Amino acid sequence: MNKAEAALVTTNNLIFSRADSVIFNGIDISIRRGRITAIMGPSGTGKTTLLRLIGGQLKPQTGTVLFDGEDVHQQSRRGLYQMRKRMGMLFQNGALLTDMSVFDNIAFPLREHTDLSETMIRTLVLIKLEAVGLRGARKLMPNELSGGMARRVALARAIALDPMMMMYDEPFTGQDPISMGVLVRLIRTLNDALGLTSVIVSHDIAETSAIADDIYLLSGGKVVAEGTADELAQSDSKWAQQFLQGDADGPVPFHYPAPPFADDLLTGMGK
Amino acid sequence: MTTRNTEIWVGIFIAAGMAALFMLAMKVSNLASYNNGGGFEVTARFENISGLKVRSAVTMSGVTIGRVSKIEFDNKALQAVVTMKVDSQHDTLPKDTSASIYTAGLLGEKYIGLEPGGDEANLKQGDVIMLTQDSLVLEKLIGQFVSKFVSDSSSESPIAP
Amino acid sequence: MLDPLSRLGRGGLDFFKSLGRGHILLAMMLASLPGLVVRPRLIINQIYSLGVLSLVIIVISGLFVGMVLGLQGYNTLSKFGAEESLGVIVSISLVTELGPVITGLLFAGRAGSAMTAEIGLMKATEQLSAMEMMAVDPVKRVLSPRLLAGFISVPLLAAIFSAVGVYGGEFVGVGLLGVDEGSYWSQMQANVDIYDDIENGVIKSLVFGLVVSWIAIFEGNNSIPTSEGVSRATTRTVVHSALAILGLDFILTALMLGA
Repeated sequence: MNKAEAALVTTNNLIFSRADSVIFNGIDISIRRGRITAIMGPSGTGKTTLLRLIGGQLKPQTGTVLFDGEDVHQQSRRGLYQMRKRMGMLFQNGALLTDMSVFDNIAFPLREHTDLSETMIRTLVLIKLEAVGLRGARKLMPNELSGGMARRVALARAIALDPMMMMYDEPFTGQDPISMGVLVRLIRTLNDALGLTSVIVSHDIAETSAIADDIYLLSGGKVVAEGTADELAQSDSKWAQQFLQGDADGPVPFHYPAPPFADDLLTGMGK
Repeated sequence: MTTRNTEIWVGIFIAAGMAALFMLAMKVSNLASYNNGGGFEVTARFENISGLKVRSAVTMSGVTIGRVSKIEFDNKALQAVVTMKVDSQHDTLPKDTSASIYTAGLLGEKYIGLEPGGDEANLKQGDVIMLTQDSLVLEKLIGQFVSKFVSDSSSESPIAP
Repeated sequence: MLDPLSRLGRGGLDFFKSLGRGHILLAMMLASLPGLVVRPRLIINQIYSLGVLSLVIIVISGLFVGMVLGLQGYNTLSKFGAEESLGVIVSISLVTELGPVITGLLFAGRAGSAMTAEIGLMKATEQLSAMEMMAVDPVKRVLSPRLLAGFISVPLLAAIFSAVGVYGGEFVGVGLLGVDEGSYWSQMQANVDIYDDIENGVIKSLVFGLVVSWIAIFEGNNSIPTSEGVSRATTRTVVHSALAILGLDFILTALMLGA
């Protein structure tokens, strides 16, 4: 089985710019089925934008995104919506619907897209809640949840329709060690138990490398390194080394572009 | 996700709104006197109907018995043709009823006042009222008054030669 | 020197861009209206938050406006000895102008700004985005129900405003100032026309309801997803709605009186 066939999502020479800045300058990525793929890189490289491009919320200037063999951006509105039912997305802050309880939030996609009876829905919701360990919290409102709990509820909601692929937008950012551990365990377990394909966008080396099968390192709008966690650790690439070691300076510079310091001090009067 | 409460309040709100509309229609407007059930139409011709409008009142003895339904202009006879719809219950109007245009109230609204004649036959659908009197036009009235005043004073002031 | 000119040009282009986006959104909302028939719950919820929760301010305002009309009307009419026509003044002012316009303005301030803030917040917390990713069309689920609910609620609120106002005028005129109760109502009934006055008032409030809801939804949907962006969008809703109501009121009145 060659790489292309095993890939659920492929991007081909993706070029995307917004306003005047080029965010992606020719990205080729393969997300392989059944595995956890991590997209990492410094802040501001547009990792979240990549997820939006895959989900069809944004359109690239050039290049294609294929999901399960079909071009995402050539779909009709209905086709795109059908595709999205097979994707689950976990947003950075959970994005729970604030006017509904935890239970109703998870039931939301089921009620919108299926004709299942309320008893059936209740069973399904409880199953999903049990999977993330929050069955007892089902009557709470989103504003009563801690950040970590909100993310777990959002995760339960994202898998409500049993999607083929899960996308995680910075799932570990701002979490305490315990919540982090919980999420890490959940992502790996769900991926394997449900036969999912997972894409994690993150800049959390330790956690992500622990569970990711494939890693892509983005910087400056291009893929600068790819491979498994071990391959990257042993790689010669300066990008990989700086990122994995957390060096302040390297291919990604410490200083924001500016004229020489001496000149600035001597000439700048009120600038 | 709609609670019982919400639905009840929305029901009350809509009922209150409809009740308000109903109250406005019935108690505030002239809908009550608008029994547009049946009626027969008669026409009358005038030289001058200045100020009369469609839906102006048609009265007899001060009681509103109908409304003006159409106002047209006859290009050949160069006259105004007014069609009135009289309530069907008032079918005892004699054929030689006369129609005059009067002014009501401070705001100068015009209405048609009918005066009964003595004919034994009654007005029916499509009949024409023959005796009409035009709306009073203020300028003509003043003009008449002034010319009378001038002719009076010129015949009264003797200038002894 | 060219700076102010180019800014003017850009302002003009932005204006037309917004106008265009606003109309596209309106078209999308109208297109999803038929689908709402099978989901009355969504509309009912919105009628509750837009209409029912505005009742208090509408009733109280209507009462006071009616009472002031009674007071001022009596004051002016008594100079001409025409106090008995108070009913006509109060009712026509309310039904044709004050009812629809003031209701529209109050609705814009209370319900319109709430709608903008709510939608803007949903946008800022990515709830709308999440819905899209769950293959639920936010226009159908969140925006259209609010448009329809506003369109239904405002005429009802305006009717309640006018009705309460008429009784408020009666309370002051008949109860406190001695106008004859019979004259109050009979003169009113003789002079208020169901088509020219009441129907036109209802048409106005329908138009205002549609326009205010449209503006509120658009501004919320179009807001910059930060707290400052949402607050500015809320202000824009109130200001633009007020201008639209007053402008449309003039145009509609001119059309209605001319016809």
